[in-house]
Amino acid sequence: MSTTTHAIQPLRRVEGIVAPLDRADVDTDQIIPKQFLKRVERAGYGQFLFNDWRFRPDGSPRADFVLNQPGYAGAAILAAGRNFGCGSSREHAAWSIADYGFRVVIAPSFADIFQANCYQNGILPLALPEDEVARVLGRAAAHPGYALTVDLEACTVADAAGWRLGFEIDDFRRRCLLEGLDDIGLTLQYESEITRFETR
Amino acid sequence: MNARPTTLFEKVWEQHVVRREEGRPDLIYIDLHLVHEVTSPQAFAGLNTAGRAVRRPERTLATVDHNVPTTHRSLPVADPVATRQIEALRENAAEHGITLYDMGHERQGIVHVIGPELGATQPGMTIVCGDSHTSTHGAFGAIAFGIGTSQVEHVLATQCLLMERPRSMEVRYRGRLGPGLTAKDLILHTIGRIGVAGGAGHVLEYRGEAIRALSMEGRMTVCNMSIEAGARAGMIAPDQTTFEYLRGRPRAPAGEAFDEAVARWSTLGTDPGARFDRVVEVDLAGLEPQVTWGTNPGMVVPVSGRVPDPADLADPDNRATAERALSYMGLEPGTPMQDIELDRVFIGSCTNSRIEDLREAARVARGGKVSTRVHALVVPGSTAVKAAAEAEGLDRVFRDAGFEWRESGCSMCLGMNDDIAGPGERCASTSNRNFEGRQGRGARTHLVSPAMAAAAAVTGRFTDVRSQA
Ligand code: SF4
Repeated sequence: MSTTTHAIQPLRRVEGIVAPLDRADVDTDQIIPKQFLKRVERAGYGQFLFNDWRFRPDGSPRADFVLNQPGYAGAAILAAGRNFGCGSSREHAAWSIADYGFRVVIAPSFADIFQANCYQNGILPLALPEDEVARVLGRAAAHPGYALTVDLEACTVADAAGWRLGFEIDDFRRRCLLEGLDDIGLTLQYESEITRFETR
Repeated sequence: MNARPTTLFEKVWEQHVVRREEGRPDLIYIDLHLVHEVTSPQAFAGLNTAGRAVRRPERTLATVDHNVPTTHRSLPVADPVATRQIEALRENAAEHGITLYDMGHERQGIVHVIGPELGATQPGMTIVCGDSHTSTHGAFGAIAFGIGTSQVEHVLATQCLLMERPRSMEVRYRGRLGPGLTAKDLILHTIGRIGVAGGAGHVLEYRGEAIRALSMEGRMTVCNMSIEAGARAGMIAPDQTTFEYLRGRPRAPAGEAFDEAVARWSTLGTDPGARFDRVVEVDLAGLEPQVTWGTNPGMVVPVSGRVPDPADLADPDNRATAERALSYMGLEPGTPMQDIELDRVFIGSCTNSRIEDLREAARVARGGKVSTRVHALVVPGSTAVKAAAEAEGLDRVFRDAGFEWRESGCSMCLGMNDDIAGPGERCASTSNRNFEGRQGRGARTHLVSPAMAAAAAVTGRFTDVRSQA
């Protein structure tokens, strides 16, 4: 079904460490600064993720930034404050998050374009109630290595201590993620309808 | 005839639905696809690998703006990585038969400046571009929004997009803009009111007497910043001002076709009694020129105001965000905005680089001198704007006052080329984003109108432009 150069990896169940980024309104300029947008490739952006927060101007890592702390190595889930991904439409933001190894971003809300870009790249933008996100952020900050299991088939998120929460997600987007479908492949099935629209 | 009254947004959206199926996003047709060098190479690569053609090259327009140098156009672009991107667009445009307004072309410019300038942007259209400020084109009564690169590829291949229909929101203005106030002040104030996520999931329609009184340039400034309120798009119903702007433009209909188009466009406005999903009222009484103090466009105060104190904020998240912003911006709570000294001034970007913006700035700059502590830059939004400004002698006004006068491009709006501010430098900017690092790592951006930027250049600090006149 996948017809583009980038096969979308199906997402059914993600079990992984949570990296907490307790900030609201994280914009895509912070997720990936403009100096990394000049490339013509689609891969290899993980090294630039949160560059200006993660590294000093001389390139050395800032010890106080979450992704530089050993307890969060290999995290597959990013948790953050509300309105995550606002600002620029750059899909490089989603590419860098995916390339770094995240499959799920948890936040109280997401900016529209960023959310759409996540779906195009097999990332689940999981919106949970603000107090639940605060709880996840608090746990992950207090206990590095705190892990969650996100089950997209059952639409639940749970931790090992017995906390468990159901979530809602648009059913179409859920199916696309589960099966790794991409929009172009779907739309091309309606070729004749598009032609009819164009000639009406 | 007795159809349910509908909004401008609903009318345009419904006219573009190719396919609607329960439980799926709508498949909508895209009338105009604007392309630039930064967000398109991976989309073309995907298309080329799959062996697909661009479905409607004549509905696709390309230009180079984000990366291009604004100094000498005769020299090769110094940055080899940027060069590859520009060359990729040249190759892709040639291969797929897409018109490209390249460097050196008299129509080159910022993608959101040239679309309207060419008359390619028209009422009732659906318009997309791999750039969030595509919302600018909504000023003509089009549904226009930014998309990611995967969706760029989708539109190239199918001329359609799969998209959930957004909700509608009316932004209803009470009162008019007083003397010395501009569209920029109106929209900054609005974002301050509704917040940077206030429009999320919605298409805004800006309405009221103040909007009707705006020129197309002013309306574009307003719609441009819809995305800074988190909105999917912003729209303004087309009227005589819109039609007069479009008359005679190269890609607008001409002759009888123009009159027919105007008749059609005239039916697009929101019907009396139509319902919006949400309504906000914004009162313009007592509005002052606006200046941002923080690291998002909603952190804004009147020029007579002071840097706010995070301690006054009830919400702990807001307080933490404000504290971070102040520390990044190097500002103390309670500082009068007019005491803040500047190092740089940038007049440009798709928000405020059209001829009217430059006229407003020049009116303030005329006869003055840029403060010795300030480095000031004027970057016209397009090569055509530059030519028009030079024909009016605006370049002389700026140069005589000590501003640099540049070639068109995005320039210091995002600093992908050499036009950046240094760490800790403070810049009054007519652009749309004051995010951390936007104008250079560690650079501190304050968003203002063109007139306010020009006044700040001369006095070296924020100054109420109304006291300058
Ligand atoms: S001027 Fe700035 S906001 Fe506008 S398109 Fe260019 S980079 Fe984007």
